[in-house]
Amino acid sequence: MNTSIGALFNRTVVSLALVTSVILAPVQADDVKTLVFSAIPDQDESSLKARFGKVADYLSETLEIPVKYVPVKSYAASVTGFRNNQLQLAWFGGLSGVQARNLTPGSKAIAQGEEDPEFYTYFIAHHSTGLKPGEAFPKEIAGKRFTFGSKGSTSGRLMPEYHIRKNLGKSPEDSFSTVGFSGNHSRTVALVESGSYEVGAVNYKVWEKMVAEKKVDTDKVSLIWSTPGYPDYQWTIRGDVDATWGEGFSDKVQQALLDMKDPALLESFPRKRFIPASNEDFIAIEETAKAIGLLDE
Amino acid sequence: MALIKSPSVFRHSLRWNVSWLFVLSAVLCLFVADISIRSFDPWAELGRLVSGLLQPSMSGLDDIGLAVLQTLAFAMLGVALGSVCGLFLALVFHWRWIRMMCALLRAVHELFWALIFLQIFGLHPLTGLLALAIPYAATFAKIYAEILEEGDRSAFDVLSHQTGWVSAFFYARLPDLWQHFKTYTAYRMECGLRSSAVLGFVGLPTLGYSLSTAFMEGQYSQVWALLILFYLLIASLKYWLRPSLIPVYLCVAPFVISNDQTISFANVARFFTQDIVPSPLLKGESLVGLWQWFADLFMTQALPGIINTLVLSQIALVATGLLSLGLFPIISKQFFGRVGRGLGHVFLVVMRSTPEYILAFILLLLWGPSMLPAIVALVLHNASIIGHLVGRFSNDVRLRQDAPTGINRYTYELIPRVYGQFLAFLFYRWEVIIRETAILGILGVATLGFYIDSAIQEIRFDRAMVLILITAILNIVIDGLSRYIRNRIRLSQAINIR
Repeated sequence: MNTSIGALFNRTVVSLALVTSVILAPVQADDVKTLVFSAIPDQDESSLKARFGKVADYLSETLEIPVKYVPVKSYAASVTGFRNNQLQLAWFGGLSGVQARNLTPGSKAIAQGEEDPEFYTYFIAHHSTGLKPGEAFPKEIAGKRFTFGSKGSTSGRLMPEYHIRKNLGKSPEDSFSTVGFSGNHSRTVALVESGSYEVGAVNYKVWEKMVAEKKVDTDKVSLIWSTPGYPDYQWTIRGDVDATWGEGFSDKVQQALLDMKDPALLESFPRKRFIPASNEDFIAIEETAKAIGLLDE
Repeated sequence: MALIKSPSVFRHSLRWNVSWLFVLSAVLCLFVADISIRSFDPWAELGRLVSGLLQPSMSGLDDIGLAVLQTLAFAMLGVALGSVCGLFLALVFHWRWIRMMCALLRAVHELFWALIFLQIFGLHPLTGLLALAIPYAATFAKIYAEILEEGDRSAFDVLSHQTGWVSAFFYARLPDLWQHFKTYTAYRMECGLRSSAVLGFVGLPTLGYSLSTAFMEGQYSQVWALLILFYLLIASLKYWLRPSLIPVYLCVAPFVISNDQTISFANVARFFTQDIVPSPLLKGESLVGLWQWFADLFMTQALPGIINTLVLSQIALVATGLLSLGLFPIISKQFFGRVGRGLGHVFLVVMRSTPEYILAFILLLLWGPSMLPAIVALVLHNASIIGHLVGRFSNDVRLRQDAPTGINRYTYELIPRVYGQFLAFLFYRWEVIIRETAILGILGVATLGFYIDSAIQEIRFDRAMVLILITAILNIVIDGLSRYIRNRIRLSQAINIR
């Protein structure tokens, strides 16, 4: 018994020493640094690797440097990765883009989808509420069970919360009997469809896609209100990329994105095409985030 | 007659009093808890869920083999590192500050450790490794220390005074206690697998990664395929987790988890010197500003968080106790034959390996948002763990040849014999249940963990740190209380024997 304990102990110690050395061993750097990009995990996360892998191939061919796509699991993780220079380029939402650029001096928004300057959040309701679609904010939702999407989402959290505060004059916690965070847009639709939550806020593109694909029973849950348009998704690049890949690199990346014409690639986002963007396009988002306390003044 | 009149015969044991005190407190909590059933059309989504179960499918999932290997590798390394560190900590566990530090480290859910290390190390393998090893080391320290405390010291006591400390430990203490260490460590390996898988929820490349993706997208065929794969992994643990193979596994594992990420020391430094420094201090505001910042955080988040956490966990704790008393016979040799126990094991493995988050979502569809789905999800998960442990313990109970069967055996023979052990398991689980209330934000139940998650999602690590510290203090209090109660109960048993 004793020997086996001793032997096992020795072997364990040796193994752990090995572990430490392998993990801490630095990895050989490539000759040309790889550009790493990611996208917020807001919809259709499945087979992201396959879909965004194609985008990486396109960028790699166009820019003539190695490009890699790395999936992330949360909005906060994409912002952190960008800030920590583990990602140099990212497809952010409105709010995550503002957060990332605030934390990463010199970074800039370079492109957005054609649809993004005018993005919408839909409020959807379970049929039992009897709520009907209308032009004006549906004040009758006060006191109901309400769910947002992800805590860091622009369309699933920031903008709907802003309009709730503006129209009901109270925080969501005080406006509703229960406030949930479903995690993402398709969970929001599923939970409102089941009646667990009576009202929810969802990215309009996700809703329209689910309706088109008949993934949702529109007798059970329906659209009752659309927010006014606001700027949302955009490509953001770090300011120090020119120093790594040469002068004018961020312009080259911008041009590559604007030139992306293959529908199969654009389908990943999903956008019709990309148009130029600048940091100033998102001031409204930043002001909104400050107004509801998601960003510090 | 005289006997019946004697008050001493009717005096309840401390165990009895403690049990009823907890039941009473849970009943009181029920009055404050938000519990209701409000739902209308769960069947469409539940139908999709069930049809997924009928045709589980791996199609559309990338690199599942690799995800399985990563899950195993992170679990192995995390538990191994945790147990080695835990053993050293256990030897000095009588130092109060070590005990406090361990309670503090245990208080933070693995997911939050992972989220913190993601900030510091990014997706470097150290993130997953430390997220597992730190809370596991703290737990190992506590349990190993208790094993050492309660173990047979007779060999150790007769050693010569010149015996070196290390030899004394390895030759006079460890051999007697080896079996206990082994059993407990093997059990933690199962927990480690679960934790490792769940770390995928925040982005580590383990099974939980694909599982949460599939779940979030409503791809139930994939969800079930992954869950079944995971159940099999857990259920087959005893067949492939052999002591002689562990060093081999540990040698291979580092290569499985290593990737091309590097650690930036600038990021590490920034985390400690900026990210977690309260924002008023960073902006150079006065102490009044800092106090206001803290008071605001405490009143609007910490306090409601503490109340919700305690109410939820108290009800869940007592209900867990009741359910595990009902569940343990299904895997006990005292009640069922091979086939019956086999089915019992399958049920318990499924229940304890399904992430609470998924259980909670299913119940949320059925009942609508309130504390109820959270309570039931926590209870199902934890009761199947305690039921498993008590069931295994009951196998070692020796009964007389002519012991009664059925309900009489359960109530008069087994319950009195396993009750002490059962309470001990339950009190260990107390702090775990508190920690697990963290991950049920989908239900709109604002526990401390809900606010910690919000702070992390808002990239406000200063707030997250304060809330984590408050959670840790709560955990230290609970740990102390549970230690006190266990000591009292043990004391009463000693008196009863005399």
